[in-house]
Amino acid sequence: MTKLTIDGIETEVEAGATILQAAESVGVEIPRFCYHERLQIAGNCRMCLVEVEKSPKPVASCAMPVAEGMVVRTTTPAVQKARKGVMEFLLINHPLDCPICDQGGECDLQDQAMAYGFDRSRYAEGKRAVKDKDFGPLIKTWMTRCIHCTRCIRFMTEVAGVPELGATSRGENMEVTTYVEKALSSELSGNIIDLCPVGALTSRPYAFLARPWELRKTDSIDVHDAVGAAIRIDARGGAVMRVLPRTNDDVNEEWLGDKSRFANDGLKRQRLDRPYLREGGRLRPAGWGEVFAAIASRLKGLPGSAIAAIAGDLADCESMTALKDLMGRLGSANLDCRQDGAKIDAAVRAGYLFNPTIAGIEQADALLLVGTDPRREAPLLNARIRKGWVRNGLPIAVIGPNANLTYGVQDLGNDSGVLAEIAAGRHPFAAVLKNAQRPMLVIGQGALTRPDGAAVLAMARQAALSLGVVKDGWNGFGMLHYAAGRVGGLDLGFLPGPGGRDVAGIQDAARAGEIKVVWLLGADELDMGGFGDAFVIYQGHHGDHGAHRADVVLPGAAYTEKNATYVNTEGRVQRTRMAVTPPGEAREDWKIVRALSETLDQALPYDTIEQLRERMKAVNPVFGAADRIDPAAWGAFGAAGAVAPGGFESPIANYYMTDPISRASKTMAECTAVFVRGQEGKTGTHG
Amino acid sequence: MSEQDFQPATFAFTEANKALAQAAIAKYPQGRQRSAVMPLLDLAQRQEGWVSKAAMDHVATMLSMPPIRVYEVATFYSMFQLKPVGEHHVQVCTNLPCWLRGSDEVAHACKKTLGVDFGETTADGRFTLSEVECLGACVNAPMMQIGDDYYEDLDAESVARILDTIKRGERPKPGPQIDRQFSAPVGGPTTLGDIESKGKQ
Repeated sequence: MTKLTIDGIETEVEAGATILQAAESVGVEIPRFCYHERLQIAGNCRMCLVEVEKSPKPVASCAMPVAEGMVVRTTTPAVQKARKGVMEFLLINHPLDCPICDQGGECDLQDQAMAYGFDRSRYAEGKRAVKDKDFGPLIKTWMTRCIHCTRCIRFMTEVAGVPELGATSRGENMEVTTYVEKALSSELSGNIIDLCPVGALTSRPYAFLARPWELRKTDSIDVHDAVGAAIRIDARGGAVMRVLPRTNDDVNEEWLGDKSRFANDGLKRQRLDRPYLREGGRLRPAGWGEVFAAIASRLKGLPGSAIAAIAGDLADCESMTALKDLMGRLGSANLDCRQDGAKIDAAVRAGYLFNPTIAGIEQADALLLVGTDPRREAPLLNARIRKGWVRNGLPIAVIGPNANLTYGVQDLGNDSGVLAEIAAGRHPFAAVLKNAQRPMLVIGQGALTRPDGAAVLAMARQAALSLGVVKDGWNGFGMLHYAAGRVGGLDLGFLPGPGGRDVAGIQDAARAGEIKVVWLLGADELDMGGFGDAFVIYQGHHGDHGAHRADVVLPGAAYTEKNATYVNTEGRVQRTRMAVTPPGEAREDWKIVRALSETLDQALPYDTIEQLRERMKAVNPVFGAADRIDPAAWGAFGAAGAVAPGGFESPIANYYMTDPISRASKTMAECTAVFVRGQEGKTGTHG
Repeated sequence: MSEQDFQPATFAFTEANKALAQAAIAKYPQGRQRSAVMPLLDLAQRQEGWVSKAAMDHVATMLSMPPIRVYEVATFYSMFQLKPVGEHHVQVCTNLPCWLRGSDEVAHACKKTLGVDFGETTADGRFTLSEVECLGACVNAPMMQIGDDYYEDLDAESVARILDTIKRGERPKPGPQIDRQFSAPVGGPTTLGDIESKGKQ
């Protein structure tokens, strides 16, 4: 620890900390542009100048480590003058176009110019102009505004691991650019918009739509993947204008994936805003009473075994609880929340959670990825793995579909036989895991959706046990989910009951005519032709695959429109909050189920969300502890059996379109065209 | 001329240069190969006369570094030519010391003799004229660089003579164009004369 005095306040900070960090710890604010606590120090904006006793010149506090007995002053006239000088230089080439700049109102330069700016310019010469760059469909550039803080360059290089941005030329000619015109091919590129302290990089889809002070801000949770990133939903009137990350060091730090950030325009398109009823082969708008009556008459007299329910990837825990209870009352055991058919064993909670936790990746000292492509399935988690690789030299091996994960990996080949070798301890990487203190084994859904998924899971469990991945005080076995609703569904037991059928069984029985009514709770990623003549009830928020097949459509609420519970891949119970109201006649999903239960004379015993959450707690106590992780007990899971040779495939081929919201998003369609189709080679119609 | 018109599709070092490149890379410790980026870019420029995008990409691949890092280095140094230049690249310094000592006259003489302005190449493609920042020969100002050679202590007459000599295909004598040894004072040494005499005793 080092003692120093800042503005007369004596404090003690860790040796190696910078003056700026020490000042922050005692509440002294120092202006900065280039410094960012999650990026390496550049020290090039010079805004953070302070006076240090016995130092002849002002010192850049972001880059100067503290020393014993240092006396720092941040408010002296000399400091003020130095910062004013820096500000004047920064503004020499900065256009004063705040009225037409999207950063206006949340601009660091604007704010600090209020404190350190001069009220007129002494600069009579021409300002430089810089050609705008094309960074793709997500990021709008206005490079004349750039003050060369290099935060975006450092983020792309260090955090995103896609070193495509750089600063070319020097002095007055310096430009932040990709040099070769290209879109930034990172799933995390949107974060440089947040990092940019000026209006050089702004959101393209959000361009000229709103000013920050017009927006209503609601803290919520992202559901586009199973990471459960903390987000802030900015809404104006009834529309979600944009989605920004919130800081949550346990999950997303302060980053957000591009899909989570930019798919919000999908919330306005293809929405189901009223109930629909199929009549004469066509869906026609109907009233709530009408559709409820239609469902009631269809269910009348049916045995429970002829009814089934499938929960989709975005289903929230409240609606799954209500639907499961309703199905129970109707006598049906045909429930499943694994619409991709993953052979997850829900008997042991530790068997389907990401036990080491996302933050725990930083402690790991060896990592094996099996059947997963974290870059597409969970880009934020992938960024954590990269952090471990960069900071700790984490050795990583991959048995899976993609080895291009933004960090160095040992590609063991995409074959289940390699996993068998490792489980048997015969593979060289088995020794790496065995010798590690905190080894990790991450298994993805791609390994479990195969017909022999349960055997693969058992083999992975066997490998984890024999190689010391699971031991006292450390559980390095992690299952990586990609669907936000999946862990919640497993926790609630939204699974085939005794004698019940799973997704494949439900479809087979529906085709055979044994199952006559299927309830799809936001389940769209299914073969919709596989339900035979069954009566399909689709409850969801988008006119996607499910609604097209449905006989009755019940309009539900998207994640921005309801107070709902989701459990992330780590088993962290988190809640979204209603930012806007559902469109038209759409309602919160659990209320729809509750209302219908009354029509069916099977009234569910909860009238408020509090009562429903009490019920969830009774089903599984984990729902009593929000935003917290309690280590899950280890046990036996998976099913021993023969594992067929062959590779694993990631369930996500296109990161930008995985759910009804992102499939309805125009921005995501543009990303798909540029990043996914672009890689497949352009056709003759491309310019 | 748009970028595509002059950017070649591919680049490869000649066998001889490949060996030189390997020698440059070998100078740096294991894992620090990217330190050789400047020698390699220089080699590429000597081979092609300028540094093309293909050459930068080739260097990036050779050193296993992201291409943008090579672009950054190549654009930072004005000594790397990112567009084709003439056979002889005439670079005239116009920074303060040279300007005070008459670089305007030098620049004017170059333009007159070659018939092109700064940033232009003669019609026959033999000469490109550039205005550059300080080349570190202020003591012999004004000066210019042609190829690898510095020509110093210039005036209009000596500039014209140098350029004409090159035009004839000969190599003019580099260095000071007046009676002066390197950077020694004009007319011979003025200090430490006594020390030299002591040495003679």
